[in-house]
Amino acid sequence: MSDVRTQLQLEPDADAAPASVAISRIFFEFLIIGATSFGGVVPYLRESLVTRQRWLSDQEFVELLSISQSLPGLNATNMAILVGQRLSGALGSVAGILGICLPGSALMLIVGIVYRTHGDHAWATGALKGVAAAAVGLVLSTVVQLSKKSLEQRVDYLFVALTVLAVNLMHLSVLLALVVVGCLAIFWHRPIDFNRRGNRG
Amino acid sequence: MGELPALVRVFAYLSLLTVGGGMAAYPEMKTLTVDVHGWLTSSQLVHLYSVGQLSPGPNMMMIVPIGDWVGGVLGAVLVLMAFFGPTALLTFAVGRFWSRLETWPWRTSIQRGLAPVSIGLLLAGCFTLAKSAVFGLETAAIATGVLLTLLQTKINPAVLVLGGAVIGVLSLQ
Repeated sequence: MSDVRTQLQLEPDADAAPASVAISRIFFEFLIIGATSFGGVVPYLRESLVTRQRWLSDQEFVELLSISQSLPGLNATNMAILVGQRLSGALGSVAGILGICLPGSALMLIVGIVYRTHGDHAWATGALKGVAAAAVGLVLSTVVQLSKKSLEQRVDYLFVALTVLAVNLMHLSVLLALVVVGCLAIFWHRPIDFNRRGNRG
Repeated sequence: MGELPALVRVFAYLSLLTVGGGMAAYPEMKTLTVDVHGWLTSSQLVHLYSVGQLSPGPNMMMIVPIGDWVGGVLGAVLVLMAFFGPTALLTFAVGRFWSRLETWPWRTSIQRGLAPVSIGLLLAGCFTLAKSAVFGLETAAIATGVLLTLLQTKINPAVLVLGGAVIGVLSLQ
């Protein structure tokens, strides 16, 4: 809680954001996002948190999103944790993640039961074939869009290729690929000061 | 019911691999849930993942049916807690310290270094999915069509996934 207050005091337009938002409001807002965010949560999060509720400025939203993307975990749940934390501490985080997860998980529970009993009908097989192929296109488009946005140097494409080779061809565990190529890439992008320490002395 | 501890172990481990998105954990999920534990078949996994893209909220809710099939509603709840708990705690911890790390030069290095690796993991997951989901001209055409449409327009991806379902049903005749 004290963290939240300090940050808000430093914020120049602190009066735009309430000091602490009621847990129930956080829960219901994320419940609505969790129930309506068809096709990807990020635009719905922005519309709700920045435009409708004004809990975050556009800049804060982008900052929290970039933290969410660098950490393990899905953007949707990481954002729920970070926004809940900022608005109301640990309880806020719990309210946020429960709200955003409930509708989708209830829906998929039902879908799973229906699929197990009717998934082998001819029409279902046909539909599932089309849905799976479309999902491949969807993930590929995410890869292309992320690459355009966040791959700055040519060597970054090498790190992408290394990761794919390690997982798909060498069949290394994803964790090992993540740690090995990750350390390599982080070291490549090491801070400039660290890089030039020798030259400066 | 004897499978519950394994269920928790597997999904807690998968949780930590989801750097960049749920798809990053897909290859390992296939190995562990299909090949090692035999909780479902390869094509069931593909179907659940794909249908899961139509669901609102976090796009990995397809883990819920796996938990349900293996251990009933309790299994489903345990899978959810195992899959979202570890990363939630980590994110919460980092969220408290992040503003203090602003002047730490390695923060940018970590963000810039992890970006290509997370994209690589997504791509690797995509290839694993494509191996079972894309076969023949028709599925390749659907995948390519969705990719190009999403890159050119701002259409809601869920609409295109539904479109894939419609084409799949129509092509039966």
